[in-house]
Amino acid sequence: MAVNKPIRKIDGMGLTQGKPAYTDDLAPQDALIVKALRSPYAYAKIISIDTSLAEKMPEIKCVLTYKNVPDNLMTRAGQGYPEPSPYDKKVLADVVRYVGDAVAIVAGTSVKAVEQAMKKIKVDYEIYKPILDFEKAKDNPVKVHDNDGTFEMFDIGHFPDRNLAAGYAMEIGSVEKELNSSDVVYEGRYYTQAQSHAMTEPHSSTAYLDYQERLNIITSTQTPFHIRRILSRTLNIPMEKIKVFKPRVGGGYGGKQAVHGEVFVSLVTMMTGLPSKYIYTRREVFESTYSRHAMRIDMKIGAMKDGTIQVIDMNILSNTGAYGEHALTVLMVAGSKTLPLYNKVKAVGFRGDVVYTNLTPAGAYRGYGAVQGNFALESAIDELAEILNIDPIELRKKNMIKEMETSKIFEVMGEGKEGSPMTVESCKLDICLENVLNKIGWKEKYPCVEVDENTVRSVGLALAMQGSGIPFIDMGSASIKLNDFGTFNLTIGATDIGTGSDTILAQIAAEVLQIPVNKISVYSSDTDLTPFDVGAYASSTTYVSGNGVKRAAEKMVQEILRIGREHFDSDEVSYDGEYIYSKDDKISLVDLATIITYSENQQQLQTIGSYVGETAPPPYMVGAVEIEIDKRTGQYKILDYYASVDCGTTINPNLAKIQVEGGLLQGIGMASYEEVNHTDEGRLVNSSFMKYRIPTREEVGEIHVEFVESYEPSGPFGAKSVGEIGIDTPPAAIANAIKNAMGVRINKLPIKAEDIWMKKNNL
Amino acid sequence: MEITLNVNHNIHKVLVESDEMLLDTLRKLGYKSVKKGCDTTTCGICSVSIDDELIPSCSYLSYRAEGKKILTVEGLKEDARKIGEALTAEGVEQCGYCSPSLVVAIHTMLKQYEDPSDEEIKHYLVGNLCRCSGYEGHNRAIKHYMEVRHDGSK
Repeated sequence: MAVNKPIRKIDGMGLTQGKPAYTDDLAPQDALIVKALRSPYAYAKIISIDTSLAEKMPEIKCVLTYKNVPDNLMTRAGQGYPEPSPYDKKVLADVVRYVGDAVAIVAGTSVKAVEQAMKKIKVDYEIYKPILDFEKAKDNPVKVHDNDGTFEMFDIGHFPDRNLAAGYAMEIGSVEKELNSSDVVYEGRYYTQAQSHAMTEPHSSTAYLDYQERLNIITSTQTPFHIRRILSRTLNIPMEKIKVFKPRVGGGYGGKQAVHGEVFVSLVTMMTGLPSKYIYTRREVFESTYSRHAMRIDMKIGAMKDGTIQVIDMNILSNTGAYGEHALTVLMVAGSKTLPLYNKVKAVGFRGDVVYTNLTPAGAYRGYGAVQGNFALESAIDELAEILNIDPIELRKKNMIKEMETSKIFEVMGEGKEGSPMTVESCKLDICLENVLNKIGWKEKYPCVEVDENTVRSVGLALAMQGSGIPFIDMGSASIKLNDFGTFNLTIGATDIGTGSDTILAQIAAEVLQIPVNKISVYSSDTDLTPFDVGAYASSTTYVSGNGVKRAAEKMVQEILRIGREHFDSDEVSYDGEYIYSKDDKISLVDLATIITYSENQQQLQTIGSYVGETAPPPYMVGAVEIEIDKRTGQYKILDYYASVDCGTTINPNLAKIQVEGGLLQGIGMASYEEVNHTDEGRLVNSSFMKYRIPTREEVGEIHVEFVESYEPSGPFGAKSVGEIGIDTPPAAIANAIKNAMGVRINKLPIKAEDIWMKKNNL
Repeated sequence: MEITLNVNHNIHKVLVESDEMLLDTLRKLGYKSVKKGCDTTTCGICSVSIDDELIPSCSYLSYRAEGKKILTVEGLKEDARKIGEALTAEGVEQCGYCSPSLVVAIHTMLKQYEDPSDEEIKHYLVGNLCRCSGYEGHNRAIKHYMEVRHDGSK
């Protein structure tokens, strides 16, 4: 009735009509303007800092430095607790570790005054030699965290004296033995770049003290409950004194999972008693939040002549920049959400180091390691096919995971700790593959078709998987209340950052309650008023929070039946969404809800449901691209991208489709030109939309997304996640298409025309 | 300085600094649909219509707008709702942050082009960045809106 329907997003009309809904729209009008003075050096110690001239300005109400803020170590990561990221960051410190690290915070009554005041702060730095090359960081004499007390909450392989934020290694079977007994062994090295989220709304936070003198935070976050916890623990503010509310958020994609400006507005408001707001500049978004982890990935694959893959080994060096946010877990996902695609191996190895450098930190970004791992693995599979002289599609068909199969990796590798065993109960990878091959016209187009003497068109393809939440860790919950006249309130901790989760969660509740979605009012992401949810990350909301909503709604049906039994004084009652029936009578839900509110047997019906996954059923997809390339220059353009996705039931097919289309374009940007570059001094070059190019509507031909029929038994009405998987396939698919056109393997992202040309000309 | 602005056919007398940009003035006046996305006039999210031209308000001095007709999504009324309905029918508004300016851009485009081709649409709207949607849904929604509009005018 409500599920698998392309209904409008419940906030859609309000947002398109420009209703005030985002943090800066809701900030108190008299909020102090908060800004940060940021380090111009990649690595330096603050020898002295003089803020007296700034503080004397009448418009300036507060200046913060390391001298007057709490000294606690923290991680900004915004994960569950205890976090699998090292505690290596202070709110403000006397050492700055990248260009853009905060030195001082200034709050005043106008933007101009604050900017003037920042110029009046005198800082003497002792400039240290930075370590900028991540391939030289491990065991380098330059230590990014030199005896500064950083620590891990549990064993994550944190060795700051070796510049290691985190590390991990595992082996299933004997990699060495299987490599030695394979007929052929492919070895290859791949590089993926840092990528910026480039969400359109800059990170924004506002704070004020309410009439109970509690600290209220409105912030553009993906994790309001984690933010409350981190603020309390880091700033020594009692948890009960803090309320965090997430209004509408202008995109996140992982970039707003961590704590950013919230710490600064909290401190300013606590110290001054005045409301404050911190709206990041676009430059700060690029320079001082975080980007995707850049990686170097070494692949080894051993196979028999008949195309049986015997062993896969993945060895990663990951660059976490100055702070280790998501260092361990992004690393692990690069293996745990790629390697199970080829589950028939006799052995599989995965290990990696995550190194500190004096660069903008890396953190969570859609795909979360899987997109990096996928580029290496799916490029390598095509290379292996060439060595074996087997069609790359046939090689995949022979070795890829199928429904009701498993992979030992699910059990061995979780996120930050061991995983949980899982038999894959929904996997339509085979159908996705057939559909994509047919739709793109693979047979006619593979490997390439000459257009004219200088131009060819070619095709390339990649498989992908992701997860659905983090089993045994991530919890989502919901509460449902029946009102007089038969309407419902659904309150959820889940965090809608534009994905439409408020809407699809209402659809799930409506399906169980057998009512139209518009009978449900949704309210979400308020630490005072809604039940807990870890937030919007790890592709968890539809699956984890959705299951929580389903449980709450099922309990509500039981409650409705209970009051029905009491009303009719009968044990045999039923409910169909409109009426409650006894053997020979009926009453409408509207009437019964009104009666129990006002006249008889008065009581409030409210139920709660929460859910923690025991597995994380992967969505699967196949992506294939057709490109046109100029053989003389290597210049290429993307003509069409075909994607076929198994995400189980699509709760809302429209919203699922946009998730995949949007993910694909971010993946195409990553594959083709998005990159984060630094000068030799560690300064970010791409700190504006002028210099960090994201795809516009003119650059891509057509994107075609379809969903195959699939049903995940553990998901709400058969659903799995869909938020991240769209980003995974473009890097490898595009690299494979270039190989099919030009005969050269590009192993480094982004894939630029000049790299193709140089490789072609052996330069 | 005090200037007089015509926003959505409302006349505002407003005090502005000599270097104040229209984006800040409009937000100050309560037109919160006009949003800031970047510092470099690149993202299009602050776009408004000034005398039927699409202008990024973040780099347009407020006093330059004196005597001109400024339109934001709040002033487009029925047309804004119809464009909004076309976008939301696809679910393509997603986070919504770029939506009000896109609605204004589509409205302004159709004042200049009676029946723009796919290429003309892409070219006109190229400065309106969106990071959520992949743009395909925009194309579907705009086509649909243009059809509805044609049917309505017949």
